[in-house]
Amino acid sequence: MKLDELARLHRQMLVIRRAEERLQKLFADGLVPGFLHLSIGQEAVPVGVSEALTDCDTVSSNHRGHGHTLAKGVDLKGFFAEILGKATGLCKGRGGSMHVADLSKGMLGANGIVGAGLPITTGSALALKMQGQGAVAVVYFGDGALAEGVLHECLNIAALWKLPILFVCENNGWSEFSPTERQLATSLDKLAKAFGIKYSAVDGNVVADVATTSARLVKAMRKNAAPAVLECSTTRVRGHFEGDRQDYRDGDEIAALSERDPIRLSATAMAQAGGTPEMLAEIADAVDAEIEAATQAALEAPLPSSADILTDVYTSVAG
Amino acid sequence: MPETRYIKAVNQALADAMEADPTVFLIGEDIGAAGGSFKATRNLLEKFGPERVYDSPISEAAITGMAVGAALTGMRPVVEIMFMDFTTLSMDMLVNQAAKARSMFGGQGSVPMVLRTPHGGGLNAGPQHSQCLEAWFAHVPGLRVVCPSNPADAYGLLRAAIDDPDPVIVVENKALYAMKGDLPDAPEDRERIEIGKGRIVRPGRDATVVSYGAAVAMAETAAETMAEEGIEVEVIDLRSIQPWDESLVLESLTRTHNLVVAHEAVEAFGVGAEIVARMADIGFDQLDGPILRVGAPFAPSPFGKTLEDAYRPDANQIVAALRRTLA
Repeated sequence: MKLDELARLHRQMLVIRRAEERLQKLFADGLVPGFLHLSIGQEAVPVGVSEALTDCDTVSSNHRGHGHTLAKGVDLKGFFAEILGKATGLCKGRGGSMHVADLSKGMLGANGIVGAGLPITTGSALALKMQGQGAVAVVYFGDGALAEGVLHECLNIAALWKLPILFVCENNGWSEFSPTERQLATSLDKLAKAFGIKYSAVDGNVVADVATTSARLVKAMRKNAAPAVLECSTTRVRGHFEGDRQDYRDGDEIAALSERDPIRLSATAMAQAGGTPEMLAEIADAVDAEIEAATQAALEAPLPSSADILTDVYTSVAG
Repeated sequence: MPETRYIKAVNQALADAMEADPTVFLIGEDIGAAGGSFKATRNLLEKFGPERVYDSPISEAAITGMAVGAALTGMRPVVEIMFMDFTTLSMDMLVNQAAKARSMFGGQGSVPMVLRTPHGGGLNAGPQHSQCLEAWFAHVPGLRVVCPSNPADAYGLLRAAIDDPDPVIVVENKALYAMKGDLPDAPEDRERIEIGKGRIVRPGRDATVVSYGAAVAMAETAAETMAEEGIEVEVIDLRSIQPWDESLVLESLTRTHNLVVAHEAVEAFGVGAEIVARMADIGFDQLDGPILRVGAPFAPSPFGKTLEDAYRPDANQIVAALRRTLA
């Protein structure tokens, strides 16, 4: 991959990383209402996958969805305002971290229910196939969702009806607070094979690999609608949610994760392609400024009005 | 005006909606070549093809969730869930996803999907194929619920549900599927029925019975019995449960001053409880007697004929409730 491409991907990953680090601080300061599930260490997956997508393609996400959302190109200011529960948020401050959506970008929503994005995205893929424009749907889910019944229903239907859906599993080894090896009697490659679905595995922390494989899978899917499974091995650095002390996890295991940090790996790849430390510093400065501007705008934005509690429950008032 | 069975009116509504709007499509178990368990989709596969009529695997959660996703992607899906009891498997998709998407996404979009499903007993179908669970759905902000009591309403409410930008649960009553009624021959004469509006089926001055679905006919029979004694009972068909026509019920109560609410569903914690509570509040000054409910006892629906007959509410129970409130 060329240096300018690597730099663009690196920048996008850094936006997600810095955004989440900023949210981590805001959360610690009591400025983020509700739960916060960070995807630090998993940034390469959505950035790599989104390289293959346009606004016509749809994605849906899970509780750990900040990266999926930002990589789909949603407005950073609207994103920050939403997570801080402000009226200027993408969802007017009614969704928050677990329900960020931007339908204009094909981002059908993060989700608070494990596995719930699977049928929604399968249906979106059916709609896109009916509309016949070659668009595809992508669902991000974790290895914890492999134990949910709807996964099996959706793999079956997607294969049966040849739907243009990319099942992207971010396998970080943890189902909330439990190691997935103690939760699952099989593995995703075997499940994909059982349903006759094309399966690919990549190192989910190497953004160029995720991008190259996703591009190949999506290109094939646009031409001939059919599902594919992409399993990305990746690393969850933080707890299941902010405030989780991770005392169920070995400290050495967490410390070793920095070796596989996708941003560190991407910086190395840039250096090997001729990138300079100045170039990296320039990207980091630009990203920091962007994050700071979005944070300040969100902090200063008004809260939603309690007079609007009934707004948008229905499109129109019947009866 | 030609006579049509309830199930045929459902079929006609689906066909007309699909004809009128290419984004309308059907998804459900055995709805293709088999035409559906109750034949609501008979001949629609032949007419519209497999790209509009999706005969699905037995995966209620997936097909309901697929309807949510397709609706968010510009389509108007109509899901059939073979028995209302099976909507238990669709609950996450209806309650956590369909109902909430518009509000939690700040009004960015809506979920214009319909879920059709039959409730009710009378077929000796037993505890897992007879339940009336509409109160569950009416309790969830973001969902609309309708329950037609006759063929013309089955047509009109389904067309309105498919047009509606929000998720609508259309509860059909399987004991009514063979019911005959009028439906105009010319497509342009077939009317939609506004969701949220009830109808006075039979006017009366002495007491009001509010009902929906199969209970409407029971209420009419009860009214006839009372009329023989010179007591004129007004019968209201709610047609729509969420939202329900509160002003129509209140207006009737201000004339009759006595109220009974009847439904086939279990009485406790049901739709009737909500109506009673509202009328005890905003209609308190109008009441001449206690507001009474008629519904099934607090037990699973039995399958044996004698037990099921005893379990299902009937006109006699409505008559008894009327006598009590009028006493």
